[in-house]
Amino acid sequence: MTAQATPPHAEQRVMLNGEERTTHAASLLELIAHYTDTPLSEDGRPADGSALGIAVAVDGAVASRGRWASTPVRDGAVVEVLTAKKGG
Amino acid sequence: MVAVDTGPRTDPVEADEDDALVIAGRRYTSRLIMGTGGAASHDSLEHALVASGTQLTTVAMRRYAPGDGVSLFDVITRNGIEVLPNTAGCFTAREAVLTAELAREALETNLIKLEVIADDRTLLPDPIELIEATGRLVAVGFDVMAYTNDDPIIARRLEQAGAAAVMPLGAPIGTGLGILNPHNIAAIAANAEVPVIIDAGIGTASDAALAMELGCDGVLLATAVTRAEHPAIMARGFRLAVEAGRLALQGGRIARRHEALASSPVEGRPDL
Repeated sequence: MTAQATPPHAEQRVMLNGEERTTHAASLLELIAHYTDTPLSEDGRPADGSALGIAVAVDGAVASRGRWASTPVRDGAVVEVLTAKKGG
Repeated sequence: MVAVDTGPRTDPVEADEDDALVIAGRRYTSRLIMGTGGAASHDSLEHALVASGTQLTTVAMRRYAPGDGVSLFDVITRNGIEVLPNTAGCFTAREAVLTAELAREALETNLIKLEVIADDRTLLPDPIELIEATGRLVAVGFDVMAYTNDDPIIARRLEQAGAAAVMPLGAPIGTGLGILNPHNIAAIAANAEVPVIIDAGIGTASDAALAMELGCDGVLLATAVTRAEHPAIMARGFRLAVEAGRLALQGGRIARRHEALASSPVEGRPDL
């Protein structure tokens, strides 16, 4: 992880799926694990080997699951968590 | 001389048992692609999907909500059906490419149903953005199934841009008006070297059969089943219609005539 100006567990404000939230998550992995209520391995996959079926965009760019663990949650980040819903 | 039937008849041209639809190397024995939009519940959707016999079903990428319960992805894949994510709701190539990348990340498939619509009222495809998005997605490894207007030239341009399938609309999304320009659909099907799937506008089984008779390689529909009074029954109707239309195409229809032609012989008529 790169050096951060703020300590890892400082409170951050993020927009998560359109709602402003505060989080103490040290990484995107922690934030997503908490939001989806699913224990995740370092590679971003559920610890039980199932498929989570979600994708994450941070500030309009894809954050692939392999990078969640090494991505800090930046104050003011806009995080979108998407999954398959009925449509088309 | 009286012809005597000597046993079981064999048709000179049997319909190919393995008449598969192949999209970017993926093989499907069902030519009916289902959508999931408009389904009342996961339960009714699952019954309809199974009844349709589909092997490929579209989903939209939308915000995850905590406590969503059983995921739609699970409902589809536990029946051995492959998911086809779409870019529904995108108005620009930029949005569509990002949505496709998120779909690939979430669902781990390179297949994408590309929709880039011009506005919320007509829901018609924007051909300029569509062609742009197709080229960009193909360049980064997607197998693009492009939802397009019933315009043979745009269909050709999409194919040239590398689309894996071209999906012209029969009529605007959700209208159930059927195939408004059968001539154009037949022209697209006749000229394309990639599969042509009719997409949108299908209202009832005969519309799907007609699409197949016009030469389409498959039919994609959602509303016609999900909002039908009895979705599972309608789904089975569409399954049979797509098969019937395919067989009718392969069977080779008779020419249209302006005058009647007796099907019983004149010879041997009794004097009564």
